Amino acid sequence: MAKLDVNIGALQLKNPVMTASGTFGYGLEFQDFVELSEIGGIIVKGTTLKPREGNDYPRMAETPQGMLNCVGLQNKGVDYFCEHIYPQLLPTGGNYIVNVSGSSPEDYAECAARVDALEHIQAIELNISCPNVKDGGMAFGVTCAGASSVVKAVRQAYHKTLIVKLSPNVTDITEIARAVEAEGADSVSLINTLMGMAVDIEKRRKTLSIGTGGLSGPCVKPVALRMVHQVAKSVKIPVIGLGGISSAKDAIEFLMCGATAIEIGTANFLDPAITIKVRDGINDWLDNHGVADIHEIIGAIQ
Amino acid sequence: MKKHILDLTVRSVERVHERYVLIKLTQHDALPPMNPGQFVEVRVDGSSSTFLRRPISIHFVDYQNNELWLLVACVGDGTRRLAELQAGDTLNCVLPLGNGFSPLATVLPESNCPSEEHHSPLLVGGGVGVAPLLYLGKVLKEQGAEPTFLLGARSAKDLLMLSEFEKYGRVLVTTEDGSMGEKGFVTNHSVLQQESFDLIQVCGPTPMMKAVARFAHEKGITCEVSLENLMACGLGACLCCVEKMKASGESSKDGASHSGNDNPLTTNVCVCKEGPVFNINRLLWQS
Repeated sequence: MAKLDVNIGALQLKNPVMTASGTFGYGLEFQDFVELSEIGGIIVKGTTLKPREGNDYPRMAETPQGMLNCVGLQNKGVDYFCEHIYPQLLPTGGNYIVNVSGSSPEDYAECAARVDALEHIQAIELNISCPNVKDGGMAFGVTCAGASSVVKAVRQAYHKTLIVKLSPNVTDITEIARAVEAEGADSVSLINTLMGMAVDIEKRRKTLSIGTGGLSGPCVKPVALRMVHQVAKSVKIPVIGLGGISSAKDAIEFLMCGATAIEIGTANFLDPAITIKVRDGINDWLDNHGVADIHEIIGAIQ
Repeated sequence: MKKHILDLTVRSVERVHERYVLIKLTQHDALPPMNPGQFVEVRVDGSSSTFLRRPISIHFVDYQNNELWLLVACVGDGTRRLAELQAGDTLNCVLPLGNGFSPLATVLPESNCPSEEHHSPLLVGGGVGVAPLLYLGKVLKEQGAEPTFLLGARSAKDLLMLSEFEKYGRVLVTTEDGSMGEKGFVTNHSVLQQESFDLIQVCGPTPMMKAVARFAHEKGITCEVSLENLMACGLGACLCCVEKMKASGESSKDGASHSGNDNPLTTNVCVCKEGPVFNINRLLWQS
């Protein structure tokens, strides 16, 4: 049994496997398949200050080795989360992280402040990269000034570990990473979905209700791996890698490219027990290769 | 109801129609409990264009022979691949998912039914939508009801599994070309005018379900329909398969599948988790 625990700022993970926001519900939906307390970290669905209806159906299109979605941050708002959902999460023993989104720096900060008050939530992941909402979301994540303004506001309101989730829909992701690091982010996670589109040739129209959506799944993995490698070399804070991870091998690739932890997203839909399989697979690989501590492989590829 | 990820073994694949196959699955251990109207997320191996699992409704559970039956319409690459399965192959299934048709006792309190009479539910199906009605009919019969199946198709050759349905109730048929049963759509069938039913449960193409729902609404008959929105996870996590519904029907505890209150009169509900079967009173079809 190799040593698998890693730290993201002050956040301790018993293993580097986390779940990506919006792909694992609140974990409760997966309790029949996995022991939630054995997952390194569970990042819950994007949460906003006010409830959000999300976009109209259809919200999903299957693509080769992936899928597009335009859910649009449907959630009942941070107060509902704090009052009704948070109490349900405590008995599971899961290490929960809240994904926070908003439409202005003040929005983000207020939402983060309310999560700050939750004793058993040790971190938030700031979503400045949602491609599916008009007001805010990715708009902040595609410029250094926008990203800085949100992180600056949230940093004053939130005192625990602050992870910032980056958009790949930019010219140079390392610039954004450095900008949020400068404002006090404890970690960056990447990549959020790549903006894409699908059409229905029989109906001669766009497949998704809002026309475009975020692409995820194995098809984005090479792009994600390249960006994680670039960012890990550009910042000093720990990097969390995600994008198409479906196996322990995929996860180890991200770790070797400099990720301290990884998130599993779309693969949860294909195998609801994938998180624990990836954790076990990482452990087996380390054991088979005589590696005693996972830190020996983190960033091994220069 | 506990969900499972199971590697089931294909016992047989029977082509029951040019577009439909009947797949019978089994395993060494006893199959877990499943309800009529619930569904299975099936992993499709060996189809490069099929990425997500395919939601397939539970056609029948034969607990005596430890068999799960799936009636699959071959509509795309993934389902065509399923049709090519051979006896002995393995099919990875996540099951049972969603909430099925309501047990008789919960939709029809005993007081509604004189003790000397039996409940008379009408089960209406069209196309591959007939699939969940077979198991539903069996369970209703076991609960003491006398189900009537009303099955619609384009032509006589498109009616599936009739001899199986006959085991559990009376079978009435409509065909669009008049080649079997009464000519027309299910909503044209004379039985709807001649007899009374205390429950209608429907699965089929949306226009058909809407027409039956309108009839049930007008007659004041309790009616449940099974929706088939495009879905990814099948577990209520991805929120892709939502249907806009009346907010008043809200019942979810964790809020995962409910939307915010931008419009307090409607809410987005996950078909996979809270459905796929819904009482028509929750839907926006009548408004």
